[in-house]
Amino acid sequence: MFEYEFMVNAFEAATIVAVASSLVGYFLVLRGQTFAGHALSHVGFAGATGAVLAGISPLFGLVLATVLAGAGMGFLGERFQHRDVAIGIVLAMSLGCGLLFLHFFTAYATQATALLFGNVLGVEAPTVLALLALGSVIVGALATISRPLLFATLQPELAEAKGVSLRRLSMIFLVIVALATAASVQIVGILLVFTLMVAPAAAAQRVTIRLWPGLLLSVVLALVEAWLGLTLAFYTDWPTSFWITALGAAIYMVALLGSRQKHAASGMHEHDHHHHGEDHLMRGAVSGTGEVKRLSPRDEGIAAQARPLSSSSHEL
Amino acid sequence: MEALAFSDVTLELGGRTILSRVSFAIETGEFVGLLGPNGAGKTTLLRALLGLVPARSGTIRVLSGAPAAADASIGYMPQTRSSAVGSRLSGWDFVACAANGQRFGLPILDKALRFDVDRAIALVGGADLARRPLVELSGGERQRLLLAQALLGKPRLLLLDEPLISLDLNHQKSIVSLVSELNRELNLTVLFSAHEINPLIGVINRVLYLGNRQAAIGKVEQVITSPVLSRLYGTEIDVVHVGARVFVMAGAYEIERDEHRHDV
Repeated sequence: MFEYEFMVNAFEAATIVAVASSLVGYFLVLRGQTFAGHALSHVGFAGATGAVLAGISPLFGLVLATVLAGAGMGFLGERFQHRDVAIGIVLAMSLGCGLLFLHFFTAYATQATALLFGNVLGVEAPTVLALLALGSVIVGALATISRPLLFATLQPELAEAKGVSLRRLSMIFLVIVALATAASVQIVGILLVFTLMVAPAAAAQRVTIRLWPGLLLSVVLALVEAWLGLTLAFYTDWPTSFWITALGAAIYMVALLGSRQKHAASGMHEHDHHHHGEDHLMRGAVSGTGEVKRLSPRDEGIAAQARPLSSSSHEL
Repeated sequence: MEALAFSDVTLELGGRTILSRVSFAIETGEFVGLLGPNGAGKTTLLRALLGLVPARSGTIRVLSGAPAAADASIGYMPQTRSSAVGSRLSGWDFVACAANGQRFGLPILDKALRFDVDRAIALVGGADLARRPLVELSGGERQRLLLAQALLGKPRLLLLDEPLISLDLNHQKSIVSLVSELNRELNLTVLFSAHEINPLIGVINRVLYLGNRQAAIGKVEQVITSPVLSRLYGTEIDVVHVGARVFVMAGAYEIERDEHRHDV
């Protein structure tokens, strides 16, 4: 399949984007900001279609809109970033605006599909170069801030006490996310950015609890997703974006089942819920460490449900 | 030798006076409990020692210098909003993120820093916890790792902000005895804030009690008394002794206990 130039371009573009977005995605998952990242791509849709309407390059409009939205979200701070309703409304409104812009510019139906669902097979050599530049900026910027970013993510209070500006860091990071989103749109489109950015990272964090192996695995899984997706698309003639999303879901499922089996084997139970008080009681009761001796009937009920409960995850 | 001293210090936060012309000194190697009602300024006092809140007037001295942000000789354990509770990263990576974490660049630790992380984890008996994901740790286990973070860089002074909050009695005991061990074995000066005096009785050398913009320092039996606390709370306070335990009451209302609600 590499005798075709468009396949070579597609592989090059997908490789660049997979590396950049999976690294960014690792931190996005770690920070619990995946939904904010998802919303950024939708803002990009309004930006790109608006740019077409204004007669400028859609890629430029896309980058501009996502970067501004990312900086704004970072500026508004952590409380906004965890307000799913507010983010959801911004997301929906952006899609609505994008639709309006398209309405005024009906000739661009194919371009709209490409924006929404990606068109990696249509990537040309200059775009590959642009993606390479964008990818280098993303990885370089992320490498520069990764140490304080990790500190601020895991221990914000202490990081602040040590002189890390949480707001500035959050803004820089979301701008990096915005750039990664713009890059991913070229491959899988606005609606499916999640699959390249979040699925490999979330799967990697299920498989390993160590930082560097996790980052590395995240990149490897994203590359598998992208390369295998392109190969399958080439031989089946089904859309590449379908294959990439399907592989993303499959990778995450396998990681989820694998990590659960590992836990079942070691007799450990995990709970992704938020009441650590209960969590604590339950662990004492379930693991039999003898830390908690008395259980109310209600807690016994919770403890009995502990196993089925652990099958639900809030990660995605 | 004094480890830290406030002389005639006034602290303000958002235009509100938190402490007014307070003076006290803590000696090197002392284990001091920091108590007081909610909003009395315990956290603000700790942040002032870290150089994060400037004194409105008066002088603060820490380890015979002025408070400076990011002072490596001070170990700080903040109250966490438990943002990392759901993280799947290992306990080791959690502790390690604080090792010079404020520097730009990649989160790669050199040999000396890795050794320091291992040492801090060993000091809190957390080797086991270091191999587990954060999401699976209980509140008490997480507090141990937070304490390990505070021990990075071999500090001489430990400022611990409410390490007992939301812990059950057993975990409270284990954290207090762990800090007490560190205090004796490493000759660390410790300032330990808490809502309730009882877990600290018999362990701390002295108590620093804040309230009503004032402070009182001394042995537990000197400070936890009706006249001193009545002054600090600005209302009539009774102190009731039951065995080795102390209950601070305003009328029929037990003050410390009601302010210290456990999550468990």
